[in-house]
Amino acid sequence: MKKIMKRRFVDQIMVMFGREPKKPTEISPKAQEIHLYKKGNRDFIAEKLHARAHAEPSHKWRNWRWATLIAVNLLFVVSFYFDIQLLEGALTASRFAGFHLIDLNSALQVMLAHKHIITNLLIGTGTVLVLWLLFGGRTFCSWVCPYHLLAEWAENIHLFLVKRKLVTDQTIDRRLRSVFWLIFAVLALATGYTVFEAISPTGILSRALIYGPGLALLWVLALLVFEVFFSRRAWCRYACPIGLTYGVVGILSPVRIKYTLDGCFHEGDCRKVCLVPHVLDTVIKGRAVDIEVPIGPDCTRCGLCVDTCPTGSLKFEVKGLSKLM
Amino acid sequence: MSDNDTPATKPPLSKERKQQARRRVLRTILLTGGVLGAALSGYLPLAYAQRKRLRPPGALDEHDFLASCIKCGQCVQVCPVQAIKLADLVDGFGVGTPHIDARSQACDFSCDAVQCILACPTGSLAYDKPEFLPVRPGAALATKPILLAKEKDAEPTLNLKERIGVARLTRPESCLAIQGKGFKGQVQGSGFKGRMRYMSVDRWKPIKIADHPYDVAECDLCARECPIKGAISIETVFAPDGSQRKQPVVHEPCVGCGVCEMICPVEPAAIEVVPREVWRT
Repeated sequence: MKKIMKRRFVDQIMVMFGREPKKPTEISPKAQEIHLYKKGNRDFIAEKLHARAHAEPSHKWRNWRWATLIAVNLLFVVSFYFDIQLLEGALTASRFAGFHLIDLNSALQVMLAHKHIITNLLIGTGTVLVLWLLFGGRTFCSWVCPYHLLAEWAENIHLFLVKRKLVTDQTIDRRLRSVFWLIFAVLALATGYTVFEAISPTGILSRALIYGPGLALLWVLALLVFEVFFSRRAWCRYACPIGLTYGVVGILSPVRIKYTLDGCFHEGDCRKVCLVPHVLDTVIKGRAVDIEVPIGPDCTRCGLCVDTCPTGSLKFEVKGLSKLM
Repeated sequence: MSDNDTPATKPPLSKERKQQARRRVLRTILLTGGVLGAALSGYLPLAYAQRKRLRPPGALDEHDFLASCIKCGQCVQVCPVQAIKLADLVDGFGVGTPHIDARSQACDFSCDAVQCILACPTGSLAYDKPEFLPVRPGAALATKPILLAKEKDAEPTLNLKERIGVARLTRPESCLAIQGKGFKGQVQGSGFKGRMRYMSVDRWKPIKIADHPYDVAECDLCARECPIKGAISIETVFAPDGSQRKQPVVHEPCVGCGVCEMICPVEPAAIEVVPREVWRT
């Protein structure tokens, strides 16, 4: 890995933990060339306007993702309802055709609270770790987590209200998520109880779907109301420790979004739809450190930016595999 | 977060910017407080809980159980009589943790093998406790309990080493056996949804208790339906005035499953399982 890319790699990890993205200190000569070329270039501006006029919105990845998310959650429900024992349990821990699968954050909470790890817990955690290492860490968030889907719909209402100037997005310090992660880890360790699980909307929703609704859903509703009227995607952006846990897994994952500087018009459409726009800082004019930049680990691989990008500058990439093909 | 990112080296902030920053800090504190408040409101009722809950068979002691339960409900899914329910927010004993309300549906071991223990991925329900966890005196069963339904099998015992509670005659005054009364009809009425396996009906298919009406001259339902060998019997006792009467007596093999509580025909039940209770001699 080049020095510049190595620096960006580390930088993106820091950004995931809550630091604001900074302007790069060093840019590769090739990328610099493109940055210079784009500056005030009339042809480029004309091309940009043309592309904008002909841009067709696509929902390919979003539709695939929603279908996957619903299918996975439905599989839990159907499995229990018809007693077919295909995917038993809930999102916190389950068994797929007999194989243990255990959510990493829940497993971590239990390990810290109980201070004892049995074999099944280890197997389940290991399996899920490998699974999300392969599929991209926070891919869990946008492709599996049921709260993500609800929050996405709530976000649409929020954006509608913003457009009508009825509400504004109240941003919150992103470092809070890391603080929460630490607090809940310490709480689990100190109280001997998995305190976070009581308020995890992922767990609450998953159990509500499978075992029937409960009053705990009121907490999920409260979060959604907060997100609609006050702060856009607040839980996923500023609070959820599950997201951070999977984000850390995603650091080493080969599945990611790749940014290509060449065709990008720097219009920022992608940042507008993104749940975690800080990972897309590289698309800001003059920020890309190289001609091709992988998006950092906090990215949920939801593909909204891929759908929305009019120039195809953002694409899914499987590191290594793309070179082979 | 907004598109006009602040530069790395900050020039002195304008009054407006300062105010914005202050508000953001306030919002951050608000969210912190809200989330932690919610989390603690889920935890504190547990820390101060006075009432004990009947947990599924093989459950570790309450504190260790709460620490290790991952709230996935796999125990709920395998239970053939659906005795295990997950707690809700207002129950105050652990959102999503499993428990049994014996009166409405007790564990009658109709799975034969304590499937819930087998299903538990974290060892909250365990055949064997990890070594570092002590066994409370009186919680350990003297011998592996013999499941009456399996009595003729090669291996008639349940792989259960500790009891989850002990049945107690908490309301002797209402006990039909003590009054010398019989019982005719459906236990807990015709609308009762509780299920149980009756070996005389089908070993592998538990049926509704409402579909199995009783007609007994002297009530002995608790002893009659107890799934564990030698856990409860109806004995003749002598009162101080010399008169004799019948009374259910609980013995050491009692595992605390709660079938007696479910099957007791009086309302409220005369015999109840005391969760987490140990055997006292």
